[in-house]
Amino acid sequence: MGVPVRTEELRKIYYSPPPAAAAGFRGLRRRSASRNAKNVHVVALDGVSLEVEAGEIFGLLGPNGAGKSTTIGILTTRVCPTSGRAWIGAYDVWAEQVEAKRLIGVVQQRPNLDFSLTAREILLFHGAYYGLPSAERVRRCAALLERFQLSDRADELVRGFSGGMMQRLSIARAMMHDPEVLFLDEPSTGLDPQTRLLLWEIVREYNRGGKTILLTTHNMDEADELSHRIAIIDHGRVIALDTPAGLKASIPGGYLLRLRFNLPAPGISERLRALRGVTEVRVEGAGVDLYAGRGGSLIPEIVAVAAEAGADLCDVHISEPSLETLFLHHTGRSLRQ
Amino acid sequence: MNWKTFAALLARDAHVARRNYLALMLQTLLQPLLFVFVFGQVMIRGGMMAASYKGMLLPGIMAIAMIFTGIQAVAMPLIAEFQFTREIEDRLLAPIRMEWLAVEKILAGMLQALMAGGVVLPSAWLLLGSGVGLRLDRPLAFASVAVLVALFSASGGLTLGCTIGQTNIGLMFSLVLAPMIMFGCAYYPWSALSSFPVIQKVVLLNPLVYASEGLRGTLAPQYPHLPIVVVLLVLSAVDGLLIALGLNRFRRKAVS
Repeated sequence: MGVPVRTEELRKIYYSPPPAAAAGFRGLRRRSASRNAKNVHVVALDGVSLEVEAGEIFGLLGPNGAGKSTTIGILTTRVCPTSGRAWIGAYDVWAEQVEAKRLIGVVQQRPNLDFSLTAREILLFHGAYYGLPSAERVRRCAALLERFQLSDRADELVRGFSGGMMQRLSIARAMMHDPEVLFLDEPSTGLDPQTRLLLWEIVREYNRGGKTILLTTHNMDEADELSHRIAIIDHGRVIALDTPAGLKASIPGGYLLRLRFNLPAPGISERLRALRGVTEVRVEGAGVDLYAGRGGSLIPEIVAVAAEAGADLCDVHISEPSLETLFLHHTGRSLRQ
Repeated sequence: MNWKTFAALLARDAHVARRNYLALMLQTLLQPLLFVFVFGQVMIRGGMMAASYKGMLLPGIMAIAMIFTGIQAVAMPLIAEFQFTREIEDRLLAPIRMEWLAVEKILAGMLQALMAGGVVLPSAWLLLGSGVGLRLDRPLAFASVAVLVALFSASGGLTLGCTIGQTNIGLMFSLVLAPMIMFGCAYYPWSALSSFPVIQKVVLLNPLVYASEGLRGTLAPQYPHLPIVVVLLVLSAVDGLLIALGLNRFRRKAVS
């Protein structure tokens, strides 16, 4: 079996400074927010409708402050939506919280472990909260500690754990009660490359058991590698939604050439657009973003065109089709900005 | 209602409290015993206090110990757990209405407050030596007052814990708890304030007054005290108010 996840026109407006996990919104200055809390008005989500199928790995991709964590927060009963509805399976998250909570496991962006307990106790108590019988708790706890390579430090208080260990334990904890839907908010933050690969493997394995997985990331590789489908979110809106391959195919031309000239040359965009294989040209001052069906082979022609327009080409960056170029295409901004 | 989850939440708090029981014990006992020693022994033997002060002091000391313990047991962990680490999140996600987590905190705080009372009363009694003169004539009334005092401390702890930030903990002690204790009729009976008519009226707003007077009235009824019925009524009303307020603050703190 598997459980689908659905949201309908979710909107969230913060009237007080949003929680730290969702911070990073544009236009919100901490100082002005605390001085005059009444005037805070931050639109974190602006009508997000998603349908995640049962047994799917669904990625939410977007820069910091795009609304990813708020979406996860609403789906996991931690954030109350201003309007709109959300369902985990048949349960309305806000009307039937307890039933919804029973189906989900959540890994928050920042490890929120119970610092008064040891790693083993965290897992055992977590199992107890979900009513697992004692023998089952002990068995699952041992298996997860082993799987996440935490067995040798299992009986230490987690206070002294490194960031990566805390993150691993958070993920183990979320899997402890074998939830039908697993939410991973920026799961690989703070993980070294090796552990990241381990995490990806574990996520895929968990998904093979028919579980639905919803993950947020601003790492394109991660979204690309893991997700069956990806929604790109920016400024609280879904701006694109498809399979990774489908999304990449939607980029005009596929290749992105970011060019910089020594001076803004009038008329250069028409000349560039006339080149064979070029599908789109965007000019901003002396910089030009050029989408085209080919990459390096265009350079000699660009240099020639530039010379005709009286400009010199100073810098070139060629990107192959990727989610990064897709994001840039939709928003005019880089994911990392 | 999901009792298994509720029991597991309570077990978690008991487990953490057990781990720190030595520190908790010292924290609960040290201050009241020092106080009892100075006022119940040094001052009395030095002739600065009448010997009858012993029985007067003991119920007040018990009230303060219970209230301090209950407030601290609930407020301090909550303040820490609602900080940016959001340690409480795992329990908020447990399959139970989140208000039950607040109720569980209240219950755990009550139990700790009652235990504090149960430890402080006999040890302070021992330390005071002979002539304390406690008279447990009405055990049921005493038990009711004790439970209501414990509930007051725990629900007060919930309200404070969900209202105050980590940076204001010091203020909580100096601005809320210190005046409450000094004007709480713990070290003197309420009737002793009769020479300060305005203060005597104003302190009636202080719930600790009813806690001290209630314990005094049921443990050492030979001393002047407020009528027990009034104590029971006011404490019940305050408890109800603090539970409602605390749950409301908790909900607002738990969900953004």
